Amino acid sequence: MAPVISIRGLSKTYASGFRALADVDLDIRRSEILALLGPNGAGKTTLISIVCGIVTPTSGTVTVDGHDILRDYRAARAMIGLVPQELTTDAFETPRNALTFSRGLFGKPADPAHIEKVLRELSLWEKRDQRIMTLSGGMKRRLLIGKALAHEPRILFLDEPTAGVDVELRQDMWRLVRELRAGGVTIILTTHYIDEAEEMADRIGVINHGSLMLVEDKVELMRKLGRKQLTLQLQDRLAVVPPALARYPLELAKDGHELTYTYDAASSASGIPALLDDLDRAGIRIRDLQTSQSSLEEIFVSLVSERG
Amino acid sequence: MNLFAVRAIYRFEMARTGRTLLQSIVSPVISTVLYFVVFGAAIGSRIQEVGGIGYGSFIVPGLIMLSLLTQSVSNASFGIYFPRFTGTIYELLSAPVSYLEIVVSYVGAAATKSIVLGLIILATASLFVPLHIDHPLWMVAFLVLTAVTFSLLGFIIGIWADGFEKLQIVPLLIVTPLTFLGGSFYSIDMLPPFWQKVTLFNPVVYLVSGFRWSFYGLADVSVPVSLGMTLVFLLVFMAIVAWIFRTGYRLKT
Repeated sequence: MAPVISIRGLSKTYASGFRALADVDLDIRRSEILALLGPNGAGKTTLISIVCGIVTPTSGTVTVDGHDILRDYRAARAMIGLVPQELTTDAFETPRNALTFSRGLFGKPADPAHIEKVLRELSLWEKRDQRIMTLSGGMKRRLLIGKALAHEPRILFLDEPTAGVDVELRQDMWRLVRELRAGGVTIILTTHYIDEAEEMADRIGVINHGSLMLVEDKVELMRKLGRKQLTLQLQDRLAVVPPALARYPLELAKDGHELTYTYDAASSASGIPALLDDLDRAGIRIRDLQTSQSSLEEIFVSLVSERG
Repeated sequence: MNLFAVRAIYRFEMARTGRTLLQSIVSPVISTVLYFVVFGAAIGSRIQEVGGIGYGSFIVPGLIMLSLLTQSVSNASFGIYFPRFTGTIYELLSAPVSYLEIVVSYVGAAATKSIVLGLIILATASLFVPLHIDHPLWMVAFLVLTAVTFSLLGFIIGIWADGFEKLQIVPLLIVTPLTFLGGSFYSIDMLPPFWQKVTLFNPVVYLVSGFRWSFYGLADVSVPVSLGMTLVFLLVFMAIVAWIFRTGYRLKT
């Protein structure tokens, strides 16, 4: 299937001379959740802002469902909803009016039923006629999501959607994002919370210093770069690893009370059954065991520090 | 044409007027009434007629112009500056709207406000002094043209300003003095000959003159010149707005 957003050779150098994006190529698939990860100032917001029409690219092309964002901006932008990073709202407006305004702005005829549905989904219906300035920070965040959804976009950009948001609201947001995806909406979110990407995304792109370092299926990425570790708690203290077990990458820890075994999560055979057999044969008795997988965070840190 | 967007912005801006009714409508009306009390009743009775028109009546077109110009500029500049200031402009920039649609809706809303205001002042004035309008259609034409032209100027200022101070500075230091010196309260042939010539460089002279002609048939400069100059301002401001949008000046990086 043709990508819903196709970015080719996209670069942006600001008037100050700062190069925010350098030759980015990216295809975004229909109905996927793509997480763009990267440290502050990596170029995530610039990338989103160009696609949405807020920042003018220095060079390169972007098409949204085949529509060039510059030449055919109406068709391109009508498909997109944007939730900005900053909580920018019209303090004196009401949520209902704000959503009605957004819908009109994006060229859709008024639809009070849809506005009501969105407000209810975001638990803002009770507040529909109150001034926005009286809403809490979390409500304002939801309001911005509501404004972005008011015109039923097919693509939703969420720029750091959960920055400064409490756990409950975060869960609500993730649920909403999954529902939208199930309805065929493509979602692109930026975050520097790795757990968010790990929890939500189908694919993950890592941006640093304006370059897209990789885009990979999340599971694939974890498998490729992730390492697993088996920790064995021993019944009796072990002074050295017996020579019979030399062929395993084993390390003693906790003053000989623990044995760790590191293996590649990508390979089909972990080697664990054989290891356990050999341990038994060597007379080493095990009290408990656990495995752990390296998180995206560790992967991310190693990526950014390696190539950064 | 994204008419839904034009309507949405226009309504949004008109709702803002509704919320700031006191500031937008009531305060200019009150200050106009004060002008009438001072110039019309208190001092006006001691000033001789100008061109056969009582002084109180003579200043009505000028007073309307004064409010029309300052309010057009401040309404339109605030309308576009505020979203830039709060950051909500992101939505406008990311929306499928053309520059023309943005200008038409913001300037249209600002001009509507000042036209309504002008008519309210006219109605208020009619309570104080005898009024007659010789050329009602031309009166409306000058009213609309001036409101649109100076709302465009306000729009430009709202884009150019990078602080509330700059937003105030142009109306305060340029528009108001030009209006006062542009024959709002006098006919320019009351001036010494040298100053009559200097005054012709003041654009507001043409606006006030044309507008007053539509009331009383009295004009300082010929009516086609007035109309022509007003259209020139309109075109100049439109050209600047076009340049702003082509370059993304102060809107896009």
